[in-house]
Amino acid sequence: MVSVALKRFPDLLANLVMAALAALALLTIGQSGICHLGGWQAGLGIDLRLDGLSSLMLITINTIGLAMTVFSVQYMTRYTSKLRYYSIFLCMIAGLNGIVLTGDLFSLYIFMELVAIASYALVAFGCEHEELEAAFKYAVLGSVASAFILIGTALLYAMLGTLNMADMARGLAEGGMNLPLLFALALFLCGFGLKAALVPFHAWLPDAHPAAPAPVSAMLSGVVIEAAGIYVLIRLVFNVFTVQLVPDLLVILRMMGVVSMIVGGILMLGQWDMKRLLAYSSISQIGYIVVGLGLGTPLGLIGALFHLLNHSVFKSLLFLNAGALEYTTGSRDLRHLGGLGKSMPVTSSTSLVASMSISGIPPLNGFWSKLIIVLACIESGHPWLALAAVIVSLTTLAAVLKVQKHAFWDAAKAGLATFHEVPLLMRTAMLMLAALCFVLALLVLTGLRTPFLITPAVDALSAWGRNGPGCVMCGMGI
Amino acid sequence: MAYALCMVLIAIGLYGVVVKKNVVKIVISMAIIGYGINVLLVLIGYRMGGCAPILGQGITAASFAANAVDPLPQALILTAIMINLGMLILLVAICIRLYERYGTFDITEMRKLKG
Repeated sequence: MVSVALKRFPDLLANLVMAALAALALLTIGQSGICHLGGWQAGLGIDLRLDGLSSLMLITINTIGLAMTVFSVQYMTRYTSKLRYYSIFLCMIAGLNGIVLTGDLFSLYIFMELVAIASYALVAFGCEHEELEAAFKYAVLGSVASAFILIGTALLYAMLGTLNMADMARGLAEGGMNLPLLFALALFLCGFGLKAALVPFHAWLPDAHPAAPAPVSAMLSGVVIEAAGIYVLIRLVFNVFTVQLVPDLLVILRMMGVVSMIVGGILMLGQWDMKRLLAYSSISQIGYIVVGLGLGTPLGLIGALFHLLNHSVFKSLLFLNAGALEYTTGSRDLRHLGGLGKSMPVTSSTSLVASMSISGIPPLNGFWSKLIIVLACIESGHPWLALAAVIVSLTTLAAVLKVQKHAFWDAAKAGLATFHEVPLLMRTAMLMLAALCFVLALLVLTGLRTPFLITPAVDALSAWGRNGPGCVMCGMGI
Repeated sequence: MAYALCMVLIAIGLYGVVVKKNVVKIVISMAIIGYGINVLLVLIGYRMGGCAPILGQGITAASFAANAVDPLPQALILTAIMINLGMLILLVAICIRLYERYGTFDITEMRKLKG
């Protein structure tokens, strides 16, 4: 009795922690504030800062994290040490929450490294050839990115004399740009581009994400590249270096975004490893988000942030489906699978929901965010970007239908028909995320141009500069 | 001049990461990048002829601000060293495991993953 209870203890603890965090994250909706740690006055100590954007990211991180721990309870029995897995996983969650809450650049670097080291360890968790090789590649590229970010931080501190992001924004608005600051910005773009796997820097992602255990791949693809890459990029581009200071920044973001979108969308078509296919589609979906940001208009930002939320839900669901297939059949090579639609109805149908959502079929959430991004492209006078977004949606549809067809709909190959559905908790996690795909679509009912939860996040991007000349949204009529 | 030297140090590290084929040498290059950045941070806070930033007895805040070097980068370096250490340990652990699996440190011979 006691040994069974002890065995269950890590599962229970991790799930309780994540459930509590998810509940707390939901409580932050509509709240904002600054907490000065250690009682130091503003500008001297470390600040924690909560606003609409942080709140959106907190909800994303912690709800997806909860689904992952629920899934892990039975999935991770394949690996040896669940206890270590949960401790590294929760370390990563702590780092992610820190990233989105911190108000100064150096503690952001620390939290980012916490996430990075935890995720290198999680990618290497299986300790087989592929895992180790992928983890090494990921760790080297990731720490080069961190080095760039730290040099950028050092340069900013040297030029502005502060690490607090709000003070930095004020200093930049008063002092204007100069060459070292531009260099720092370029370093940040490379560093966070690497973390977010935008296209010139994407080489590590298709290796690292498939190698990890399924809940971790889901977390890495769905949340980590968004929180450690895109979120910080958003903060820096819109809150610290405002767009007025560096007008070409938006052009760079648009170019990077559209190239990631197209390259990811094309490369995913040729993949037969299900998780590798999904990893390439992450690159292309991140491209959508960055294109939306690069437009710089309120509608573009709404689309981008909405897509960020949606991407984390459907991409983690797809990775869980891949994990469920691997759990039952021991393979994730689409050429060796088939006919599982009958024996695994829950996996098959949730995978269908996620596939429809990622390729933008109404009425699922992915459709609405892509629609908003396409509308924003047309509205701001970039019809070619809109066209690219629609075409990449079609290649995404082709790739995910390939997964559906080969894994679930085709006739069963010899010896595959006897498989059973995955255990209850794994099904629960998948159903939870599939339900979220429908629920998030309802956000547009609160207004296509002012969706609930997303609008406060977009407002937060303009709030910091509202008192200074560096206001992003001034005169754009939001 | 000193700034240029630490940029050279960082560049040497980057060169090693990109060019070297031995995983251990890549790890060493990563460490060199880390040292280069730490030196850069020290330089940013340094002031010619400044004293150590310790607010002892008989030192007023005004004279402290006038004479001491900037303590903040020094605090940052301590943290950065810790992070580099953790990173280094993890990388070396991965290298040991890689050697167990492949029997070599040559990265061009580890080819389970492609593209």
